[in-house]
Amino acid sequence: MNRHGIGQPVRRVEDQRFLTGKARYVDDIQLPHMLHGAVVMSPHAHARIKGIDATQALAMAGVHLVLTGEDARKEGLGGIPPLFMPEDMGGPKGYRTFRPLLEPAKARYVGDRIAFVVADTPELARLAAEKVEIDYEPLPAVVQVADAAKEGAPKVWDDNPAGNLAFPLMMGNKDATDAAFAKAKHTVAVRLYNNRITANTMEPRCCIGDFANDAYTLYTSSQNPHGVRGILSGAVFKMPDKNLRVISPDVGGGFGMKGDIYPEDGLVLWASRKLGRPVKWVATRTESLLGDNHGRDQLISAEMALDENGKILALKAQALHAVGAYVTNAGVVPVLCALRNIPNVYVVPAMLVMSKATFTHTTPLGPYRGAGRPEASYVIERLMDEAAKKTGIDPVELRRRNFIPPSAMPYDTTANWTVGKPVGWTYDSGEFAKLTDRALEISDWKGFEKRKKQSEEKNRLRGRSLIYYLEDSGVFNERMELRFDPSGTVTVVAGTHNHGQGHATTYAQMVSDWLGVPFENIRLVQGDTDAVSFGRGTYASRSTMLGGSALKGAADAIVEKAKHMAGHLLETAVTDIEFEEGKFKVKGTDKAIAMTDVAKAFYRPVGPTTRFGTGLDASGSSAVPPSFPNGCHICELEVDPETGVVEIDRYTVVDDVGRVINPMICHGQIEGALAQGIGQALMENVAFDAESGQMLSASFMDYAMPRAADLPAHYEMDFIDVPAKTNPLGVKGVGEAGCVGAPPVVMNALLDALKIDHLDMPATPHRVWQAMQKAKA
Amino acid sequence: MKFTVNGKPVEVEAGENTPLLYVLRNDLGLVGTRFGCGSGQCGACFVMVDGRPMASCDLPVSFAMNKSVTTVEGLSGKVQKALLAEQAAQCGYCMSGIIISAEFLLQKNPHPSESEVRSALDKNLCRCGSHNRVVRAVMRASREQA
Repeated sequence: MNRHGIGQPVRRVEDQRFLTGKARYVDDIQLPHMLHGAVVMSPHAHARIKGIDATQALAMAGVHLVLTGEDARKEGLGGIPPLFMPEDMGGPKGYRTFRPLLEPAKARYVGDRIAFVVADTPELARLAAEKVEIDYEPLPAVVQVADAAKEGAPKVWDDNPAGNLAFPLMMGNKDATDAAFAKAKHTVAVRLYNNRITANTMEPRCCIGDFANDAYTLYTSSQNPHGVRGILSGAVFKMPDKNLRVISPDVGGGFGMKGDIYPEDGLVLWASRKLGRPVKWVATRTESLLGDNHGRDQLISAEMALDENGKILALKAQALHAVGAYVTNAGVVPVLCALRNIPNVYVVPAMLVMSKATFTHTTPLGPYRGAGRPEASYVIERLMDEAAKKTGIDPVELRRRNFIPPSAMPYDTTANWTVGKPVGWTYDSGEFAKLTDRALEISDWKGFEKRKKQSEEKNRLRGRSLIYYLEDSGVFNERMELRFDPSGTVTVVAGTHNHGQGHATTYAQMVSDWLGVPFENIRLVQGDTDAVSFGRGTYASRSTMLGGSALKGAADAIVEKAKHMAGHLLETAVTDIEFEEGKFKVKGTDKAIAMTDVAKAFYRPVGPTTRFGTGLDASGSSAVPPSFPNGCHICELEVDPETGVVEIDRYTVVDDVGRVINPMICHGQIEGALAQGIGQALMENVAFDAESGQMLSASFMDYAMPRAADLPAHYEMDFIDVPAKTNPLGVKGVGEAGCVGAPPVVMNALLDALKIDHLDMPATPHRVWQAMQKAKA
Repeated sequence: MKFTVNGKPVEVEAGENTPLLYVLRNDLGLVGTRFGCGSGQCGACFVMVDGRPMASCDLPVSFAMNKSVTTVEGLSGKVQKALLAEQAAQCGYCMSGIIISAEFLLQKNPHPSESEVRSALDKNLCRCGSHNRVVRAVMRASREQA
């Protein structure tokens, strides 16, 4: 058995660098004669730019350049468009924004980029940025999504005929839903605000532009280097792809936020072209909080209809989902996924859900770990608990009665839809009751009453919840390459982009299994558009599924190519050759030759082997449909009624992420996403002043993220593999799952502890305490 | 300005208010210490100055004058081995600062309780959510250093 093969808890090969200070992020790169840039961000949420005077800044010794939006317009630089709008997928028409590198006429949020200053040092660039005089005429701003959707609200885009509507989405069946509600025995309703949060990667965004010989090189902290190249060369600089090389080295966290293209990526290239020297820009933490895409910010009213047995009859929901000032690259994704994932793991015979994606004078929103799936699971799982209360049916039993059974797979969630069908799902697999049983068992669900008594004895309120989540993972197609080196070692050339997920390890495990090459002889190349011919990067929990499936295609192609050489080396016809456990064998004999030796033969300089070609490599593609990771979360928590402090005491997760390639890495991904999901539920919040649009949480002092002492000391975790049928590896996504399940389970447990019906996230001690006082009154 | 970095004497020319982080990274090429927030709130830039962990992003280099600075590059200890064994790193960006905090804790308190470890790591943010593995690694390092 291969100790480094699929399914083994192999240690990550990349860790040594990370633990000795030898990782290399963009800011670690120093190019000769490099200059430094600073961005002038708008201090107003909405303002007309009446004039920009850079005289003082330019007069400072060591300041080389000040760029403005007017310059960008004069030079014909294009804006950054969204990758797609609903209308591109057959959906309703919307308002498409083209975000310029610098805003020439109007600032639309606090943090909008207005000017770019380049100087000898970062310090000087920042001092000079403060000397750029901008004559703003402040205008009324609209910050909260509910306000922005109102008639007569200040408009983010003057020429948008639909007010602040970016695009509407609707799916389901109105007639069936109305009919179901009309005959329902029970109905329940919730109105939820899914708080705005932010990725806050520990590595701030950073980029370097280097223009030489009519070609650009961009070093940028990105999850998606080819995506950055495509937009910058196509939409912004309007030049062939060959003129732009994008390098994304080690990346210190992405979480979806670094999947986008940001103005600074274009600004450093443009400035470098003008000055003939490399230009670097690094975000400060406040600039990160203001300028990086945020996540969530959705207000939703939802209702569920049930029959006398607690069977769901229908669901309806109306949402306002903020998009901020621009529709970002994948800005449609969270809005879409927040609707289409609402049915979750339940049989929902009728549904009508709609959302208005709404512009506000705030930081743009985009995919952040989960991207709409956390919003969807929050809605349905809050409704399930309300339904349990209303019907008097035990919440676990209520879920069981509504689970889609394994016998119903494949299950089409859109069966009765009259609107929006093309964007719904067909689930391939899932054993929801089985995972629930396992979670109940390992959480000691039955021991709750005893623990509740113990909590009461020390004046603590104990609550618990069980929820089930399902999400879609994987999107788009992918390409991977395998190359043998002359010595028989292997390079995986990946179109995906690892930034903490351990791809160097998981891909090597797979290739080692498939080709019989020792694990330590396999390395990963990624993140450079010159080295990787094409790829789509890493987001949407797609890499193992799509990258892995493409890699399997490449491995199969290698075997096919090498078979002919093996036939030659073993002096037999290729039809007599079979490949097994890393060896080519002559059928029915003990004659065999290892893949590595066959590969080496491709590199002989002379002789009969040369007719098989020089070198052994192959590429593989995949365009497999999504997979549906799912699982059961159980949370037990305690509340201190004196202070409102919430402490999670027990947390259990049983996940089906399909076939597990590396359990150690999968556990790490789940645990990491749990931290972010618990963070959203209890601590995190991007806060704005509702009038001025100033961000009130623009530092780590104000934006609370979980630290070591804020998280449960221990998670009870298990995997039950139900292999996906949608891809050859049987894998499902794993990266986002934890934060899809965590917010509803934590909030439901908290509401159970407090015996109240509603509390919005984040459930900070202050809010919890207030809710308790209100309940007493 | 003269001080010691990882046991070796160094001399740098820098404004006395320049943050130590920039001197380490830009003048001395020790890029293992990371910029996270610029205001000492996240721990990514932690180094030891005369044996005490300090945020180097808002510490004037003049403070280090004639003192001894230790960065992640100067360590190869039990903490790093334990972090490897517990597979704590994901994106890796916060690790240098965490290693500094953990080394200091174990020097001061060789056998901490789990809650002491948690509170000692309170100054270090990690967005990948590796906290529990980091805590386990520090406990492991504590056991293994005996």
